Amino acid sequence: MKSLKILLNGIIRENPTFVLLLGMCPTLGTTSSAINGLSMGLATAFVLICSNAAISSVKNLIPDQVRIPAYIVLVATFVSIIQLLMEAYVPALYESLGLFIPLIVVNCIVLGRAEAFASKNNIFFSLLDGLGMGLGFTLALTLLGMIREFLGTGKLFGLLVYSDAYGSLLFILAPGGFIVLGYLIALINKIKTKD
Amino acid sequence: MNKLTSSFRNLFLSLSAICIISGGILAAMNELTREPVAAAKKIKLENALQAVLPDFDNSPAEEAYWAPLPAGDSLKIYPAKKQGALVGAAVESHSMNGFSGEIKIIAGLDISGKLINYKVLEHSETPGLGSKMEEWFRTDKNRQNILGADLSQTTLKVTKDNGTVDAITGATISSRAFLAAVNRAYAAFSGVATDASSGATTDASSGATGDTKKGGEE
Repeated sequence: MKSLKILLNGIIRENPTFVLLLGMCPTLGTTSSAINGLSMGLATAFVLICSNAAISSVKNLIPDQVRIPAYIVLVATFVSIIQLLMEAYVPALYESLGLFIPLIVVNCIVLGRAEAFASKNNIFFSLLDGLGMGLGFTLALTLLGMIREFLGTGKLFGLLVYSDAYGSLLFILAPGGFIVLGYLIALINKIKTKD
Repeated sequence: MNKLTSSFRNLFLSLSAICIISGGILAAMNELTREPVAAAKKIKLENALQAVLPDFDNSPAEEAYWAPLPAGDSLKIYPAKKQGALVGAAVESHSMNGFSGEIKIIAGLDISGKLINYKVLEHSETPGLGSKMEEWFRTDKNRQNILGADLSQTTLKVTKDNGTVDAITGATISSRAFLAAVNRAYAAFSGVATDASSGATTDASSGATGDTKKGGEE
């Protein structure tokens, strides 16, 4: 029961994007299309799961005073791994996400979960927390990407839905990202207060 | 197990251990992905070369060399040969005057200096405006299309600069930078073409000077 609660915590109750409002830079930077949002979310989820598990398993071997640098080194290692893998096997995606992949290192969600959860809980729960948070982030980014892509270019996952001549460029650019994000947060808050 | 105390020895040991292990993992990962990364890059380059060059039977990627520009820069040229004779070349060109930084293109030219095709390799222009360049300059509409333009006769310029090419709507700066990159490609290539077909006298400096001038305008 507790495991399910931990898993769902990241997806809904403490969704990193809509509720915790962490990691705004990649959120707005990569969600100009659904596929970019989805892949950025999955890359971050991979790093979150690995770093949560690794940090939780070595937490007793790391003295308190050096825990932040130690966590950052671990996170950076996993980010470099996913970066190398993407460059090797999905070069097109690697190019469109570009700078944002190395920036996962400083994504506050990753370090935040390491500090707030993984350093205090066992490996299994930390894994679940990483998975939940990662999925929550992925869902949020995909949703944001879908809406922006749909309003901006008339496409959904690259497939034309209505003529792209009617697309509004605003939603592809950063201001549109903020607008969509604002409405989504308002919507989530409304649903949450109802409960 | 109790948490290690923060003594100097423990701090030193735990951080060193983490760094050494991480370094080891990354080295192994790098080794593992080196070949696929190189292969992916090679495929990308070959696809680009196939798209912009006329029929060839050599391997342009292996015979690539750097050609100096009159302005002091140099560009990479991939020569295309058929049965030993030069039929054209792909030139990796770039311009720093894009709306948001560098635009990298590869342009395919035939021996007389006609633009066969081009491909945008890298850019960070505004999505929906400047980013249209990949499609825009090959679309047959008004005076957009630059494919087939004889670069030995004309220097490509947007109509705003008394040129012959329609700029992308709302992205004149991107268009200028893109055309400058194409002109530079020819400028680097013209030296080669003159050697090969001896007699095709061309003004190699036209592209390069056009580029610097545009830099001043912005």
